[in-house]
Amino acid sequence: MAASTMQTARARGVAAGCKEAGLAAFVALMLALPMAGFETIGTATAIGLAWRPGLVIVPVAAVFIGRFLLSLLWHRQHPRPRTEAAPSVMDRVARGVSRGVVYVIPFLLLFAIALPFLPFSNRYVIDTATSVLIYVMLGWGLNIVVGLAGLLDLGYVAFYAVGAYSYALLATHFGWSFWACLPLAGLFAALAGILLGFPVLRLRGDYLAIVTLGFGEIIRLILLNWYAVTNGPNGISRIPRPTFFGLEFTRRSEAGMPAFHEFFNLSYSGEHRVIFLYFLILCLALITNAFTQRIRKLPVGRAWEALREDEIACRSLGINPTNTKLTAFGLGAMFGGFAGAFFATRQGFVSPESFSFIESAIILAIVVLGGMGSQIGVVLAAVLLIVLPELGRVLEQFRMLVFGGAMVAIMVWRPSGLLAYREPTLRLHGKARGVGGTA
Amino acid sequence: MTQTAAQVHHVPLLTVEHMTMRFGGLLAVDDLSFVAKTCQITAIIGPNGAGKTTVFNCLTGFYKPTVGRLTLHHPRGPLLLEQMEGYRIAKEANVARTFQNVRLFAKMTVLENLIVAQHNVLMRASLCTVAGLFGLPRYRHAERAAVEKARYWLDKVQLTEYADWEARSLPYGAQRRLEVARSMCTDPILLCLDEPAAGLNARESAKLNELLCSIRDEQGIGLLLIEHDMNVVMEISDHIIVLDYGRKIADDTPQVVRRDAAVIKAYLGEEEEDELPPEVVEALKAERERSS
Repeated sequence: MAASTMQTARARGVAAGCKEAGLAAFVALMLALPMAGFETIGTATAIGLAWRPGLVIVPVAAVFIGRFLLSLLWHRQHPRPRTEAAPSVMDRVARGVSRGVVYVIPFLLLFAIALPFLPFSNRYVIDTATSVLIYVMLGWGLNIVVGLAGLLDLGYVAFYAVGAYSYALLATHFGWSFWACLPLAGLFAALAGILLGFPVLRLRGDYLAIVTLGFGEIIRLILLNWYAVTNGPNGISRIPRPTFFGLEFTRRSEAGMPAFHEFFNLSYSGEHRVIFLYFLILCLALITNAFTQRIRKLPVGRAWEALREDEIACRSLGINPTNTKLTAFGLGAMFGGFAGAFFATRQGFVSPESFSFIESAIILAIVVLGGMGSQIGVVLAAVLLIVLPELGRVLEQFRMLVFGGAMVAIMVWRPSGLLAYREPTLRLHGKARGVGGTA
Repeated sequence: MTQTAAQVHHVPLLTVEHMTMRFGGLLAVDDLSFVAKTCQITAIIGPNGAGKTTVFNCLTGFYKPTVGRLTLHHPRGPLLLEQMEGYRIAKEANVARTFQNVRLFAKMTVLENLIVAQHNVLMRASLCTVAGLFGLPRYRHAERAAVEKARYWLDKVQLTEYADWEARSLPYGAQRRLEVARSMCTDPILLCLDEPAAGLNARESAKLNELLCSIRDEQGIGLLLIEHDMNVVMEISDHIIVLDYGRKIADDTPQVVRRDAAVIKAYLGEEEEDELPPEVVEALKAERERSS
């Protein structure tokens, strides 16, 4: 009796597995047929198509078998009731990490400061680290809008672009220094943020995402087409590099001030500038972080989070949703602008190409992957997203495949981000007793 | 307190005149007029779809009434609620509300929920964030005061030990009480409660009654209450307004309203008496005998 029910259950499992595997194989077939199934070959007169059955049959078969085995595996395990309240192992790990992070942060910081002087570091390492830090800063900036205020922004790169072009134009036209332009770049970006904020005040979620996506494209198209000001697709080149309190990082100093290496009696090295840029972005990123951490504990920050949780309740408590949203957009954009100015001075060249949608997507991915609202999660995700593809260079053409797979895996295991843990902004009983309910 | 309470006792707090709310062809509220007084619990009752929540939504600025005047007799002078934007009704007119389906800031802690409610006070103290950003003493004092007020209300609703819990992890009854505490943290002069006892068991419901009565007696404010639970309504209200299909059919003390023929009819229907469960029919008969 028991054996027969077991058998029927198994048979049902096999049937279900076949069905699921068949579906997955069908999807794979639809994808593989046009993408891998045909090869264009040049004949004497025209381009022809060659049929490559092997490249279709093998992956489709692999998908079918893999999916079938997976469903059998899942079927055998008892369906576990998954409740929101019961924290999974990974949740506990995340909470542990977030708590323990307090002790790790000084070491991370020390590592970040020492990085350029470590024996293995070379120009490539420092450059990569600088890129990571740009994305960390952008992630922290976007975290204000998406993580705290809960406003899904798909056009964040627009503010990055506004900051970059502000500095590029002010510096090339008026010869203003980086340090004078930095606050202005932030200001212009914040204004752009508020400008975007007004029309989208009533929107939430998907609708907001679409409008911000459009806004990002508008800014890019303006940069591309307003030839007289932005020099169109050619971009702006020869943007002045930043100076160290007026000391330039050149082999020969210009009139007046000595160059950096002359002033400090060092032999000239191109790496000085790279290291300086690294520390510059490190400082900017840390300022962004300090600001966010601080403002989270102020009424505005709490209002942002409350707005994310429930806008209607916010209104019933007398919180002005308009102002609250606009400050989130404005401040988030401001840090994007700072990062943009840094980007312009680092590259010495800006063009609309650098501000395509994919950049917005990467920044958003960093925030979401890190765990919305989690500051250290952003760092982790930025390192993953920037360093992983770099490390993956050995994999050559499979690089992006592995990268995509890794992202899917992370989202499957940690659907709310790597370190989704929210530290309360203030406690009544101190840390020891507040453990119970914060699942 | 007692002196001032005696002075303001039963002074009209909210005067609603000829309020009508129309959604397209649907007349949700039809020419409703009533007065709510300070230090009183005024209950609005009625069958499902009678327009009770619509009245609340008009009062708290979520809807603009099609016709009508809603005057709040604020100590600083009368305010016309129908002309005020939603958030300003809470901020400037000091009208607070709770919701039928609890609306807490789920992922924030209990304490944070109460601090967010004091947003406007803290915002002023932090000089729109500037003072707060630099940690000036002015802001730190204000924050400490805010935490003290939160602690007072936590004690009052018996949630002090859960202060650092996420709001969503509280049991339902506690969430209801927290929502009341949160609206009280905005220093209201009129508190509107939309079915506060919905989904509570008898013990929780009794606790809530106690809380509402103590708010009325100690804070000297007016309470406006929508409720289905007749035990709650009859026990704690000082004044009851009965709506049916958007129209007012009764407006009196609980003792009078419970014997009102129109009210009993609206609640139980006349024709379908045969289909009602026997115990309800019994109760209805007893009610009629008492009233005749």
